[in-house]
Amino acid sequence: MEQEALRNVSLTIEDGEFVGLIGHTGSGKSTLVQHFNGLLRPTSGKVFVDGADIFSKDVSLRSIRQKVGMVFQYPEYQLFGETVFEDVAFGPKNMGVPDSELHDRVDQALGLVGLDLSLKERSPFELSGGQKRKVAIAGVLAMQPQTLVLDEPTAGLDPKGRDEVLSLVAHLHQKENKTIILVSHRMEDVARLAKCLIVMAHGRIALEGPPEEVFREADYLEEIGLGVPQVTRLLQVLKKQGFDVNPDHYTIDAVESEIVRLLETK
Amino acid sequence: MESLIKFIDVSFSYSSDLEHGLEALAGINLEIEDGEFVAVLGHNGSGKSTLAKHINALLVPTSGKVVVAGIDTQDPERLWEIRQNVGMVFQNPDNQLVATTVEEDVAFGPENLGIPTAEIHHRVDEALEVVGMSEFRLHSPHQLSGGQKQRVAIAGMIAMRPRCVVLDEPTAMLDPVGRREVMQTVIKLNREENITIVLITHSMEEAILADRVIVMEEGRIVLTGTPREVFSQVEALTRLRLDVPEITSLANRLRSRGFAMIPNDILTIEEMVNVLCRFE
Repeated sequence: MEQEALRNVSLTIEDGEFVGLIGHTGSGKSTLVQHFNGLLRPTSGKVFVDGADIFSKDVSLRSIRQKVGMVFQYPEYQLFGETVFEDVAFGPKNMGVPDSELHDRVDQALGLVGLDLSLKERSPFELSGGQKRKVAIAGVLAMQPQTLVLDEPTAGLDPKGRDEVLSLVAHLHQKENKTIILVSHRMEDVARLAKCLIVMAHGRIALEGPPEEVFREADYLEEIGLGVPQVTRLLQVLKKQGFDVNPDHYTIDAVESEIVRLLETK
Repeated sequence: MESLIKFIDVSFSYSSDLEHGLEALAGINLEIEDGEFVAVLGHNGSGKSTLAKHINALLVPTSGKVVVAGIDTQDPERLWEIRQNVGMVFQNPDNQLVATTVEEDVAFGPENLGIPTAEIHHRVDEALEVVGMSEFRLHSPHQLSGGQKQRVAIAGMIAMRPRCVVLDEPTAMLDPVGRREVMQTVIKLNREENITIVLITHSMEEAILADRVIVMEEGRIVLTGTPREVFSQVEALTRLRLDVPEITSLANRLRSRGFAMIPNDILTIEEMVNVLCRFE
């Protein structure tokens, strides 16, 4: 039996954009992102990165993988080096970065993820779960990709670890101008960071647009196993009950102002 | 009647930390009653998994005593009795299933207890029924979703007929649908099968379902009470770097802005809507 994991997906992501990609397990979101750097080849259709058809003969996939860095789910399971340095240096080394430059690359990447440089000679396996994940992310950053795809980067972390990773992603976007594609099923997280959401269901793009537009489809999102942030749901329920509120808010700050306005006009 | 689980002045240090005097558990006193549903919260390194592992004698105290169903967990003669009384489900669904089919996997525990074959069949049927996985009995575990795998792991536990199931972040690696499946199963075990539940979690949405919430920090119990009592302490939880349900922190913010009619222990959207309706 042949099943299509993706069906007729057309999408464009601009340089410097922050896209949240959401969908239930099996929706095709992980399959989709593996097309972004040529890990998977479409059965039909084409993928362009930076104007180049990534599967044409004169484009090297290596150059594409340098441009589009991929942080997989539970990336710490892929650590293998005897030292943190060895692990982080592995990618750039394979890309042909000269040894003289490797130390700078590693230091810079560890700096970005907020790990102390004194950890360089430690075994990655001695570190905490959150630190291991940062080492794995540093390994991708050391290749200096322009675009970063992160597949559920906060899965399995505690709230503190999750906030650290999300702040890192926000920093990479705002300060390093990287294009970010964040795959997640935590609506609160993607809504806080992404300007544009893509919702996948059954191998297709089901919804696409800014968070406030996508969240208007709360019932549909529930139906496909997702949902909307709790505070957005509150505004929607209030609206339905005849309150004069704008339901298009999804951060706790904005919802707070909206409720305050409501209470003060009483 | 005596509590099912009793921690008496329990301290524990991992051997590598012993010389530094670091304690993963520091003077824990805790009683869990038969049939109770207790959620344990705390950030990584707070000691919550260490606590969980003491309940079925995977770890034993450095000092103090843990008594489960009247048995001291340090009694090596009765280790199997304790493990039969307390089942444990872990975070990673892929690390817990061992057999080639779902039913063989569920049968693994009771087989090791030396239970007669006919009785094993009966228990496997019953356990799969409870977790809603009967139709998958001949499937290979690797064909299942994460949520289904966790339900099979839970079935494997209940086939041993434990009085208590300890779940260590069973939904951390699952998507929203998987989470819901597992939590519905946990609630069913507690309410219908009357199995005592100790749920280690980071999720407030899950902890809200418990009878009692315990918050750990640096090897100690720092907060305890009903979910409503614990979650109304938004500042304390934030200081401990734990999540508070969005709706609860919203209520708290509105209160601190002077809207005193909004209670500080709102846990659900419905409760918030009701309060706002009353205000109108």
